[in-house]
Amino acid sequence: MQIIFFLLAATALISGIMVVIQVNPVRSALFLVLNFFALAGIYLLANAQFIAAIQIIVYAGAIMVLFLFVIMLLNLRQPEEGGAQQHLGQKIFGATLAGGTAALVIYTISKIKLPPGKEMVEGFGTTEMVAKSLFTEYLLPFEATSILLLVAVVGAVILAKSRLD
Amino acid sequence: MNLPLLIGVMVVKILVVFVVFLTIIAYTVLMERKVLGFIQFRYGPNRVGPWGLLQPLADAIKLIFKEDFTPPAASKVLFIMAPMIVGLTAFLPLAVIPFADKILPDTIQIYGQTLDLTVASLNRGVIADINIGLLYVFAVASMGVYGAVIGGWASNNKYSLLGGLRLSAQMISYELAMGLAVIGVLMLAGTLSLVQIVEAQKNMWFIVYQPLGFLLFTIAAFAECARTPFDLIECENELVAGYQTEYSSMKWGLFMMGEYGHVVIASALITTLYLGGWQGPFLPPVVWFLLKTFAFIFLFIWVRGTFPRFRFDQLMYLGWKVLLPLSLVNILLTGLFMLYF
Repeated sequence: MQIIFFLLAATALISGIMVVIQVNPVRSALFLVLNFFALAGIYLLANAQFIAAIQIIVYAGAIMVLFLFVIMLLNLRQPEEGGAQQHLGQKIFGATLAGGTAALVIYTISKIKLPPGKEMVEGFGTTEMVAKSLFTEYLLPFEATSILLLVAVVGAVILAKSRLD
Repeated sequence: MNLPLLIGVMVVKILVVFVVFLTIIAYTVLMERKVLGFIQFRYGPNRVGPWGLLQPLADAIKLIFKEDFTPPAASKVLFIMAPMIVGLTAFLPLAVIPFADKILPDTIQIYGQTLDLTVASLNRGVIADINIGLLYVFAVASMGVYGAVIGGWASNNKYSLLGGLRLSAQMISYELAMGLAVIGVLMLAGTLSLVQIVEAQKNMWFIVYQPLGFLLFTIAAFAECARTPFDLIECENELVAGYQTEYSSMKWGLFMMGEYGHVVIASALITTLYLGGWQGPFLPPVVWFLLKTFAFIFLFIWVRGTFPRFRFDQLMYLGWKVLLPLSLVNILLTGLFMLYF
């Protein structure tokens, strides 16, 4: 179990770094897909099968395809390597910020004393359980999210249509 | 409990299923050429072996020995990766599709040791009975589009790129209709496990309760496989061969295997979801499963031989304005019927 977790975590971290340092946007996007797969694997290890499947269907299967779509349409030629400006100030600022955040997170996590874990509920992470808690305990946030999505859809249609007219 | 032996049994089972699947793909190609031949009053391939039965073997040998050319302007790694993805995603859904009820007894004796085969459903006619079976199929199938998109982009060819983009638009559009159409089945069966969905059809096939859902799912499956009448990604008069244009030799062969693999998987999936899977009287379950699956493969070929191709705007219209609302109506109707009848 632990070996699998470390393999997945390493894959997630390395692919995450590759997303940022790749010059070519298409390759960046593909590394992000790899990252999603590693995350789905970690969800599986945590017994959340439904979330793992949804992670792949929604993020890797739909959203990233659209990303790739846009990148390919906008940027058909390979970017010239080394042509970018140096942006020294930005680099220093970004590195400091990232290092500070990492230090803060590591410090906080090492401080937390977790209480001993409880037995897992029967059927934890299955589709039935997720559905049950979504439609009983968390019904209001769930419906609010759907309204939010509906608003986003209407907004997107209006934006696209005003350009067509 | 004897772990190495159990894993051995598992590996043998997977290999048998895999080899049978590859053979089915090879003979689906031959079947398509034969049936298309008959539809057009031709003989189809009949030179290699009796009745052309060794044609798939000859084709494979020919493909392997052809020149494998990579265009100089192509992105090498991605160019090689694309056919791999297409091939892989065509094989992966096989893991959860149940092809028989019980294929082995509960316990067997190997080398004087008793093996309990009920572990990991080794004795059943399915490789992995997981409780998110259907979601797994959808997740894996949605990965197939990457093969085409990457292949189209990495070839560095306008026609390839356009073919890849068309396919991704098409697959995203029809995935929605497909996913919504199948919800009717989920409501009736109350489970995502394909094994349990088949068992829920013991008394009556779901096609009887879900005629609209079946129709929608079938149409969407044709579009997902990019088969006629939705094969716009490779319509010869516009895009040469779509994203496959620059590919040759066994890389192209993998694309072809992926395409026919998708046809076989789609047929097997429709059989499982709507036609009662391996259930049927008199004949053994595996035979029933293969019969239904091949009947559906025949439908795929029949449609290819007789239907004209859609235009791209018609394709999008059908997907978003016809199939999607109808599949929502299907969910509503299923819910109403389940509530009041």
